[in-house]
Amino acid sequence: MIDLKERIAALAPEAEFVKAEGKPLEVILPSSKIHDAMMKFRDDKDLQFNFLVCLSGMDWGDSLGVVYHLFSLQYRTYLVVKTSTTDREKPQLYSVADIWATANMNEREVFDFFGIRFINHPDMRRLFLRNDFVGFPLRKDYDMSEENNPLVMSNEETDDMTPVLVTNEKGEVEEKKKVLFEDSEYVVNIGPQHPATHGVLHFRTSLEGEIIKKVDVHCGYIHRGIEKMAESLTYPQILGYTDRLDYLSAHQNRHAVCMCVEEALGMEIPDRVKYIRTIMDELSRLQSHFLFYSCLCMDMGALTPFFYGFRDREKILDLFEETTGGRLIQNYNVIGGVMADIHPDFVAGVKKFIKYLPPMLKEYHDVFTGNVIATQRLKGVGILSKEDAVSYGVTGPSGRASGVSCDIRKLSPYGVYDKVDFKEIIYTEGDSFARYMVRMDEILESLHILEQLIDNIPAGDYAVKTKPIMRLPEGSFFKMVEAGRGAFGVYIESKGDKTPYRLKFRSSCLPLVSVVDLLATGSKIADLIAIGGTLDYVVPDIDR
Amino acid sequence: MFDFAVVTQWVDTLLRSFLPDQAALLVEFLLVGLCLLTAYALIALALIYGERKICAWFQCRLGPNRVGPYGLIQPVADMFKMLIKELIDMNHSDKFLFRVAPFIVIISSVLAFGCIPFAKGLEILDFNVGIFFLLAVSSIGIVGILLAGWSSNNKFSLIGAMRSGAQMISYELSIGLTILTMVVLSGSMQLSTIVESQANGWFIFTGHIPAFIAFVIYLIAGTAETNRGPFDLPEADSELTAGYHTEYSGIQFGFFYLAEYLNMFVVAAVAATLFWGGWMPLHIPGFDNFNMIMDYIPSLFWFFGKVALMIFIIMWFKWTFPRLRIDQLLRLEWKYLLPINLINLMLMVIIVVFGLHF
Repeated sequence: MIDLKERIAALAPEAEFVKAEGKPLEVILPSSKIHDAMMKFRDDKDLQFNFLVCLSGMDWGDSLGVVYHLFSLQYRTYLVVKTSTTDREKPQLYSVADIWATANMNEREVFDFFGIRFINHPDMRRLFLRNDFVGFPLRKDYDMSEENNPLVMSNEETDDMTPVLVTNEKGEVEEKKKVLFEDSEYVVNIGPQHPATHGVLHFRTSLEGEIIKKVDVHCGYIHRGIEKMAESLTYPQILGYTDRLDYLSAHQNRHAVCMCVEEALGMEIPDRVKYIRTIMDELSRLQSHFLFYSCLCMDMGALTPFFYGFRDREKILDLFEETTGGRLIQNYNVIGGVMADIHPDFVAGVKKFIKYLPPMLKEYHDVFTGNVIATQRLKGVGILSKEDAVSYGVTGPSGRASGVSCDIRKLSPYGVYDKVDFKEIIYTEGDSFARYMVRMDEILESLHILEQLIDNIPAGDYAVKTKPIMRLPEGSFFKMVEAGRGAFGVYIESKGDKTPYRLKFRSSCLPLVSVVDLLATGSKIADLIAIGGTLDYVVPDIDR
Repeated sequence: MFDFAVVTQWVDTLLRSFLPDQAALLVEFLLVGLCLLTAYALIALALIYGERKICAWFQCRLGPNRVGPYGLIQPVADMFKMLIKELIDMNHSDKFLFRVAPFIVIISSVLAFGCIPFAKGLEILDFNVGIFFLLAVSSIGIVGILLAGWSSNNKFSLIGAMRSGAQMISYELSIGLTILTMVVLSGSMQLSTIVESQANGWFIFTGHIPAFIAFVIYLIAGTAETNRGPFDLPEADSELTAGYHTEYSGIQFGFFYLAEYLNMFVVAAVAATLFWGGWMPLHIPGFDNFNMIMDYIPSLFWFFGKVALMIFIIMWFKWTFPRLRIDQLLRLEWKYLLPINLINLMLMVIIVVFGLHF
């Protein structure tokens, strides 16, 4: 193992270092050097930071900047890189979209919220907000009064052009226009109200007969500004919003925030809580995968399996309801523990479910997996190569179907995942069928985890006593969990207040939706539906 | 066995006894039309109810059970709702074609419906090229679907209509060839003759191997012809929202909906007539007592029983299989079904020429 600091100092001599105990190394780079340094960090064989986990825009008051969380899948090391510009009028930074494809969408998000324009970025439109939105809402000096952005009742114009900043040969930055859709193109709007987009998502799809030429994703229809709201909420209040991100992984999302805050506070969590949280996480994963199966089958036109999936999902929701009172959104994790102890019948219920499920799974496979039409529709469709999966930051079952070992439960175990024995399901085909099979196999693994845990829940407190107002120490904190459809992360920057200075959610679904264009181009309309179904994105998690 | 010709003859003589010939004919036409349309509507309602109940059983549900006993009145209520819904006019659509399209679809399906021999002596259109006529009128429906897609001025509708056009023209070939195979065996295109000639065994038994192959292909192609799952690409709800009838509302949509169900009935009825003897009871040559007993069951029961079985199989397809993709759909037809069909036709000719059938 090489010394990270030395190696980075050799590659980027301008770097300043911040090292805190128990936290990944932080590197501060000047904005002019960021692109070259990042390229070296990725390509250097001793570093190999090939995975851009999270890209968060920041407003530090006197400067605007970006925080990059890098991860090396090879060496399993984290690195935090920060860069900033003091120009608040026309902030410009160099884009890293050509180094990690996932930066494309994330930098558009940063532009949308902070107004930082990225040089050499291929597409500098707003990502979530309307095109005619005035101002950049996550800046600290943003004026929230209604005169700036009155309620508009008319539809926004969809842009066929995008402004881009490019550097010419002399190294100067020029503004240019880039055409996304020609007038002659046959553009079909799949969404925002469409049965196959699983929510309010809009694909502008350029077609050549049945063949897809280009897909442009238009997000933001249910953007609620949760990150902005969080800046004026105390930590326990924020928890309520996490369930509303990826509502099928409500539990895991909340788990991430709780762990992040607990770690920042240095709180010791009882074992009982860890067990309960892990069990609930796995149950969440199961119900999320059942919903995946149901919806995929329905998208493919097989309506009967849809009901099979929902029938079994209902059993898990009943278990949730018994203990937490909620079915879709449970509001169960709290900082320091869980809201209430498990129901007396919970253990018996879970055991019954573990026995009940395997015969039902056989039914699933009989009716759909082995079907010749289903395999023909899925195999070889929407192949995502391993390199692309890493570059686009695709994690979770979709990443593992491309052969990327990206299970956070294995990479940095939390809860009691280090005490249980389970396999990380990895397929190498990268096609839609592999994405489907990963989830079907994960159902079995989740059952296996539940089997090991359910009898061994230790006695003890279900929560530690906490004060209603918590002040996190100054600093930044990042924590990830494995949610139903990928790595879900929380980045909190605190100035020692009872509210976070900046809170950013690493969405697990934004990378998924950003690969749709890559996967669907050149295939048929029906394949777009299969690809969307197997990627299994949840729109509230994209829009946040 | 009861012959419905007795009833029709009696009505005919009754009318002629007090009306001039022309007027009697006119009244008969009206009566036939009325009966046909009533049967059309009733069968459609029965099919909608049946489909909903059957798919409910497939899907661990109960299906309609609130309106009337066992939910029997549910389709009537649905139909009523459809009748009183507003017809929404689209801006920028070709209004004339937009309104004509559902009528073309429904007329084609009513005409095809009129050709079917329901029971002994209960045929409306029966002449020497009956099956040919049925094929001809049933393929008019595609014009209506294409017009619906084109005139809606909606991209989804247009894609749906184009898919539908490609699909129907392709699968028309298979249907035509399988029917031709059976015409070779029966030696007639008249539907009543085809049924009569199955008195000593249904064609699926007497025509053995080629008849069975033809039946399987007919069932696949017939399902595709009616735009039902797994061949429901023209209206693939998850891709094209509702395909060619996206923009239709009220009874205009109802016409498409009715026509789809009735086309399924027509396909099943033709399958029953060509392969399973139509209204002809099960006869085994040599077992005279058995044949006698079978004859006691009314021909109407035989016909509807067989059709119900066919319809059940078609519904079974729909509620089990995922949807095909357009290229797979066309590949299935042109690369597999069509060559098999042609070889099968040759086989049938050889069998008929050398008298190898039973």
